[in-house]
Amino acid sequence: MSRMPGTDAAAARGWLAAHKWLLARRVSQLGILTLFLLGPWVGLWIVKGNLNFSYTLNFLPLTDPYVLLQSLAAQRIPATRALTGAGIVLAFYLLVSGRVYCSWVCPLNMVTDAAAWLRTRLGIKGGAQISRRARYWILAMTLVLAGVTGTIAWELVNPVSMLHRGLIFGVGAAWAVVLAVFLLDLFVMKNGWCGHLCPVGAFYGLLGHVSPLRVSAVQRSQCNDCMDCFEVCPEPQVIRPALKAVGGASPVILAANCTNCGRCIDVCSKQVFAFGLGRGERQKPAPEVVAGVVPAGKS
Amino acid sequence: MAAESEVKADVARRRFLVDAARTACGVALLGLGLGLYARQARALPPAAIRPPGAGAEKDFLGACIRCGLCVRDCPYKILELAKPEEPVATGTPFFVARRLACEMCEDIPCVKACPTGALDQKLTDINNARMGLAVLVDHETCLNYLGLRCDVCYRVCPLIDKAITLEPQVNERTGRHTLFIPTVHSDKCTGCGKCERGCPLEVAAIKVFPVQMAKGELGRHYRLGWVEKEKAGKSLIEEQGIIELPKRMPEAPLPPDAPSSAPLGKPFVPHALQGDRL
Repeated sequence: MSRMPGTDAAAARGWLAAHKWLLARRVSQLGILTLFLLGPWVGLWIVKGNLNFSYTLNFLPLTDPYVLLQSLAAQRIPATRALTGAGIVLAFYLLVSGRVYCSWVCPLNMVTDAAAWLRTRLGIKGGAQISRRARYWILAMTLVLAGVTGTIAWELVNPVSMLHRGLIFGVGAAWAVVLAVFLLDLFVMKNGWCGHLCPVGAFYGLLGHVSPLRVSAVQRSQCNDCMDCFEVCPEPQVIRPALKAVGGASPVILAANCTNCGRCIDVCSKQVFAFGLGRGERQKPAPEVVAGVVPAGKS
Repeated sequence: MAAESEVKADVARRRFLVDAARTACGVALLGLGLGLYARQARALPPAAIRPPGAGAEKDFLGACIRCGLCVRDCPYKILELAKPEEPVATGTPFFVARRLACEMCEDIPCVKACPTGALDQKLTDINNARMGLAVLVDHETCLNYLGLRCDVCYRVCPLIDKAITLEPQVNERTGRHTLFIPTVHSDKCTGCGKCERGCPLEVAAIKVFPVQMAKGELGRHYRLGWVEKEKAGKSLIEEQGIIELPKRMPEAPLPPDAPSSAPLGKPFVPHALQGDRL
């Protein structure tokens, strides 16, 4: 068994403080799922539908803009309600950073987090090398495919919507797809699905370029190089510019692929990180670190 | 020194290009597989029926975002979302008439619930829905064809005497009874599936099929004499009298002493028509 990141933080600040954001995220993920499940399970219809489109209290439409974009690529013009819902969701994620969807909403995140935890726990190292840019290629591919086939082809295999829809409408064989993602992340590559392949995350990542809500390495001078944040972060390449002031970068993590999960805040025994508003002083614009490159000795 | 950094840049460029090519190839392969699968998934199995207002399958699969609101708002819980292992595009709504048929709600809540218009909002009268078309496929097992008065498909049809009528026919087996043949009229049938669901056989003799599978199509040049007559108000050929058609004979070498026209007494009947009641 390997030493788990966050051990020092738990010793320094107590277990609860060292898991604050993790717990908050689980409450958010499970809470949203519960809202969806209250209808089919106990007949309390607060939210109808699933993450692709939901209707809250027969009033608030929320549409996954990515699935709607595929529909547009398939040359279908959606009706007003779906477009309104997509507008609301787009506005929200432009504000809080797109990949908040990944770490605070997506149900598959709990599966991949579990795989990452177990991977660290069992000390599994190495595995397949795929560029973190692969997800953008896959994103483009799904849009091209929608255009070519005239259908929302990615939804045939999308593990994210398959899991969420499965939990609400009946799982069927979707569990096998979810298991495949778990095993991929556990044995084949670290953060394989969410960090390298998932086009849903890639799409939401594109919405993260302007949002003011960011994690910032405000106390970066306190950093003792324990590497726990790199170890626990699902997108470790986003940390280095802010933490190590690469090219005079501001302490704010500006990379759009930061999921605002707050695990780095949790696991740091020196309380280097904190959530903040604003995008920091424009010293030199922080160059995005080439995908996959993390400090030596870490994978 | 300059040369060294140039080499380094060269190596970096090379690596970048190779990495990009590798990723592109991998993703292209994935896309090819998914594309072929998507083509397969466009074929809806005949037993699966889309909700009212769904239109052509290809259009539907481009517009439906798999949210399941139609399923939720169906008061009779008839619709379901396809699971990955089912032969219907994952996450799309359908029903199987033999299990549960559409109740044809007057307010069509499933269509109203659809946020994208994949179910056409212009459908406001459920009688105009064309979810499929019922076909009495099996004449050998249909009880009415066997001479019984089963009539179940006719009785359960929400458009009784319009979408399904009973057409009397002589029962030639007994010579003195009448067969009441359930007959579907495609201009009225909504494809709700009540007839298929109600058929008392082990396997239904009447089934709902996708319209394009169930319907034939006349050549465009065909004219129905009786329709044309009605339109014109008179027969179009009466004044022409009966047209004399040339006699056509099989082209076989004739024996030298044979008469040049057909043998008298026995009119020629093409083989394909022999035994048919004409």
